Amino acid sequence: MSTEILMPALSPTMTEGNLSKWLIKKGDTVKAGDLIAEIETDKATMEVEAVDEGVVLDLLFKEGEANIPVNKAIAIIGDPNEKVEVKKEAPVEKVIEEKKIEKNIETKIETKQEDIIDTTSPKIEEDTNLSSEEITMRQALRDTMAEEMRKDNKVFILGEEVAEYQGAYKVTQGLLQEFGKERVLDTPISEHGFTGLAVGAAFKGLRPILEFMTFNFSMQAIDQIINSAAKTLYMSGGQINCPIVFRGPNGAAAQVAAQHSQDFSSWYSQVPGLKVIAPSTPYNAKGLLRSAISDPNPVIFLENEILYGLKGPVNNDVNFSIPIGKANIEKEGKDLTIVTYSIMLQKSKEAALRLKEEYNLDAEIIDLQTLRPLDTETILNSIKKTNRLITVEESWPFGSIGSEIANIVQRDAFDYLDSPVIKVNSADVPMPYSLSLEKLYLPQVDEIINAAKKVSYIK
Amino acid sequence: MKKLQKADYIKMYSFMLKIRRFEERAAQLYGMGKIGGFCHLYIGQEAVVVGILMTINKNDSVVTTYRDHGHMIARGLDPKRIMAELTGREDGYSAGKGGSMHMFSKENNFYGGHGIVGAQVPIGTGIAFTHKYNGEKNICRTYIGDGAMNNGQVFEAFNLAALWKLPVLYIIENNKYGMGTSVDRAAAGLDLYKRGEAFGIPGEKVDGMNVFSVIEAADKAGKYVREGNGPYIIEVQTYRYRGHSMSDPAKYRTKEELDNYKQTDPIEIVKTEILKKKIATNDEIEKINKDTLEEIKNAAEFATNSPFPKDSELYTDVYL
Repeated sequence: MSTEILMPALSPTMTEGNLSKWLIKKGDTVKAGDLIAEIETDKATMEVEAVDEGVVLDLLFKEGEANIPVNKAIAIIGDPNEKVEVKKEAPVEKVIEEKKIEKNIETKIETKQEDIIDTTSPKIEEDTNLSSEEITMRQALRDTMAEEMRKDNKVFILGEEVAEYQGAYKVTQGLLQEFGKERVLDTPISEHGFTGLAVGAAFKGLRPILEFMTFNFSMQAIDQIINSAAKTLYMSGGQINCPIVFRGPNGAAAQVAAQHSQDFSSWYSQVPGLKVIAPSTPYNAKGLLRSAISDPNPVIFLENEILYGLKGPVNNDVNFSIPIGKANIEKEGKDLTIVTYSIMLQKSKEAALRLKEEYNLDAEIIDLQTLRPLDTETILNSIKKTNRLITVEESWPFGSIGSEIANIVQRDAFDYLDSPVIKVNSADVPMPYSLSLEKLYLPQVDEIINAAKKVSYIK
Repeated sequence: MKKLQKADYIKMYSFMLKIRRFEERAAQLYGMGKIGGFCHLYIGQEAVVVGILMTINKNDSVVTTYRDHGHMIARGLDPKRIMAELTGREDGYSAGKGGSMHMFSKENNFYGGHGIVGAQVPIGTGIAFTHKYNGEKNICRTYIGDGAMNNGQVFEAFNLAALWKLPVLYIIENNKYGMGTSVDRAAAGLDLYKRGEAFGIPGEKVDGMNVFSVIEAADKAGKYVREGNGPYIIEVQTYRYRGHSMSDPAKYRTKEELDNYKQTDPIEIVKTEILKKKIATNDEIEKINKDTLEEIKNAAEFATNSPFPKDSELYTDVYL
C-alpha cells in the first residue's frame, strides 16, 4: 500500500510552500521521524519529518519548485513490490481543500484584488511617484523601518525574534544584517520588562520601534503602555515625551483561537496620550509607519497578519508620508457611507461591488487609517452627502470604534441621517477555534450587505 | 572611597535636614487640606538618598518610586516647586498635573516619581540602555521599594540589564513594610540583595540609617557600574517613621519598634559626627537648623500662594 506525503501547513496562515531541498531520494527507505525535505513557508524554512514508513517510490516535485499548495502530494512512499499507480496530480481530499480555501483569506484577498476589486484608491492614482513594482505589506513595513533607521541613529528596533530569526512574520528581515545588533535587538519573552525598558529609552531621547510578536502579548505590558508611555508627558507638565512605536499584528489570524485572535483597536483608541494607526494596504502602511516613527508621541501601530502578504504599489520616496489623523476616501459614492479600517477594508470593497451589482447602491468607503485622533470631518462630510452610515470592523461590538463614530454622527449630523447607524462587528464572544465558528464570529461580506440594505430600507 | 571633606559633612546634614523639615511641613499642609490624594513621606529614610547623592555625577540619571519628595530635594531641586506640585499649583514641577507621586525634572535628569509599584524598574533600565547606546559614561540609579521586589517586571528588568550589561545601579530601599505588610510576610527569602544572583548581578546589604555606610557602598557599586560591568544591587536597610502614606495609621508595627529605630536617627548620626570632628560648632548647626526651617516655611508659603493651573491647561500636554 502506498501513502502520499502532502505539503504540510507549517503555520496558521501558510497557504503554499516552496520545496527548498529534498533530504531523501527515490528508492530510500524512510522511517517515521526521518527528515525528508526542507520547506520554505511564508515565515521560515523548516524541515519536515516523515510520519509514515516505506520506500520512496516517487518525488512529485523538484527541488526549488515554488508555490506548492498546502495538502498537495509531494512524494509517495510504500512497498516497492506492490504495483503502484503514480498520479502526478494526486487528488486532495475535498474537505481539506475547502478548509484551505476558507482558512486562507490571504489568498482570497490577493485573488479578489486582481479579479474584482480596483486595487488603486483615488489617492494612489493621483500619486505620480507610484512604484511600477508591487510589494507586500510586510516589505513595505520593513523598507520604511530601514529607511528611517538610515536617517536617524536614534531609531532602533527591539522585540522577540526580530533580529537573528528575521522576525516571527519576517517583517524585520535583513535589518540585523544592515544595522547590527546594537540597533536590532532580540529580547527575551518578557513583554512587561522590555516594554518598560523601551519606554525608559524613549523618555531619555531614543526612538524605539517595539515589535510585539502579536498584540495579544501586549497585554503583558499594558501597564507600561498606558500608565507610563501614554501619561508621562501629561504628568510631567509637558517635560517628558515618549517617541515610541508599538507595532505588530493585531486581530484575527487563522484558527489560532481566543487568546491569539483579538482586535485591540478600540482598547488602545480609548487612551488619551496614545495615537492609534491601522493600515490597510502596502501604500498606506508605508506612509503611516513613517509618520508614526517621526511622531514625538507613543503610537500604537496595528498591523494585520493576514494582510502581510497583500501586494500593492507604494511610493518609494523616502520622505513620503501619510499624515496621522487623516482618513482616506477609498471609493466615492452617493447612497451610503461605509466607515472601516484595516483588513475590513477588503471586505467592505467586496461588499460595495455587490451592492452596486445587485442593488444598484453606490457606497462610499472611508478607510480611517488612523483611529486616534479620528478624522471626524471626513466622516461627517460623507454623511452629509449620503445620509446613511454603516461601520465595519473586526473589534467586539461593545464600545467599539463604530460605537464612538455612531455617537459622533448622532450628535453632530443628526438632521442629516435618514436611518439609524448600523455597526458590523465581530461576535460578542471569545474567538472560537473551529473553522466554521470562526467564520461566523468574523464580519462577513453578507453581513455588510445586509447592513447596507437595512440603512437603505431595502428588504 | 573618596575622602569626605568638611563641606561634604555640612552638605549631608543640610540635605537630610531639609528633607525632614520638608516632609513635616507637607504632613502639616496635608492635614490642612492643602495637599490631597496620596502623600508618602520619607522621614527616617533620609540617609539613603543623601548617601547615594554624594557619589553621583551631574549627568547621571535617576528614577524612583512614588516616595519621591526626598529624592527631588537630594537632586538639588527647588523645595518651593516640589511643594507647589504637592499643592497642585501651576508652579509645581509637573505644573500641577502630576502631584506627589508623579514629579519629573528632565533638565536635572530626574525621571520620576512613578505611581505604579515596580514600573520604574524597567524604565530606569531603559534609561541606562540609552546611556550605553549613546556611548555615555553615565549610569542610571533606579530605586526600588521592598514591596516591588516581589513584582515580576523587576526580574524581567534584572535579566535584561545583566544580559545587555546596562549601566544601572539598583537601590532597594527596604523600609521593612510594603504598605502594611512586613517584608517577612511578603518575600520568601529576606535577603533581597541576593535576588540578582541568578542573573549574575552582584548585591550587597547596607545599613541605611548610617549615611557613611551608604556612601561607602554606593561609591563601590557606582564604580562597578560605571566601568561597564553591568548592573549592581544595593539593599539599603532603612525605616520610615511615618505610615505608608498620610492615611496609614501604621498599626501593624509596635511603638517600641519605631522608638528603637529613632535611637539610630540618621540625621543625629551625622550631627554627632560633625560635632565630634569639630567640623562645625553647636551654634553653626543651630544656624543651619534655623535657615532650613525658614526655607521650608517659605516653600509652603510659596506653594499655597501659587495659582491653580488655568482651566485651559486641562487639555495641554496630552500630545507633543
